[in-house]
Amino acid sequence: MRPLPRRTMLAMPVALAATRAGAQSAPEESFEAAERAILAGRTPIAGGIEIDMPPLSENGNSVDLSIRVESPMTTEDHIADIHILSERNPFPRVARFTLSPRAGRAEVATRIRLATTQTILVLAETSKGQVYRAGREVIVILGACVEGG
Amino acid sequence: MAEILARITLPESAKRGEIVPVRVIVRHPMERAVDAPGLRPVPRKILHTLRVTYAGAEVFRMAMSPGIAANPYVEFTTIAVETGDLVFEWEEDGGAVYRREARLVVT
Repeated sequence: MRPLPRRTMLAMPVALAATRAGAQSAPEESFEAAERAILAGRTPIAGGIEIDMPPLSENGNSVDLSIRVESPMTTEDHIADIHILSERNPFPRVARFTLSPRAGRAEVATRIRLATTQTILVLAETSKGQVYRAGREVIVILGACVEGG
Repeated sequence: MAEILARITLPESAKRGEIVPVRVIVRHPMERAVDAPGLRPVPRKILHTLRVTYAGAEVFRMAMSPGIAANPYVEFTTIAVETGDLVFEWEEDGGAVYRREARLVVT
């Protein structure tokens, strides 16, 4: 038997997780659908976002992620929403931060769970309706799926 | 209102107009709906929203999913406008709301 391609192997735990999740709740939104829904027909601008995340994580249960978006943060022109999307977690929408000009800077940090090696996508919406987009790849040795934590 | 263990880190005082970092970590398992073979099924129970108000307005909000690590940690900034409390409110699946306050002295 021909060995399974690496891509298929990598996708397997996610497919299993998706099946389990699907068995107990409403149909899940795909990563692509989540991105489309946030963009709402707008064309994103590449860049403008600095993502700080270790390139390799031993353990997907808690991965530090910090995001900085360039913005004057004035009433007329500020970052209103920052979305974190995961390409291969059971739920693509990881978090959404809502900011106001009173933040002073568009800078947030949190700790996320990662099921497997994947790309993390950040979309930042400005008060003027523009969207910045940036992604970062992260290698995960031990996924956050069933191991608890 | 239910109790929750949270650690909120703010500078003791700030000058008016200064951008201050706010760090907050709260003890919570962020229970995902785990239903794997060999494991006892657990219903989802996470903190799904954190809202922060300060000086009369909401200054920060975070919508969380099961993709946020247990004991959720978040860091953001706010401009020091007046001496007052930053009020943190977490909403949990099932409707519980947890509230904590932290004072910022503005000089």
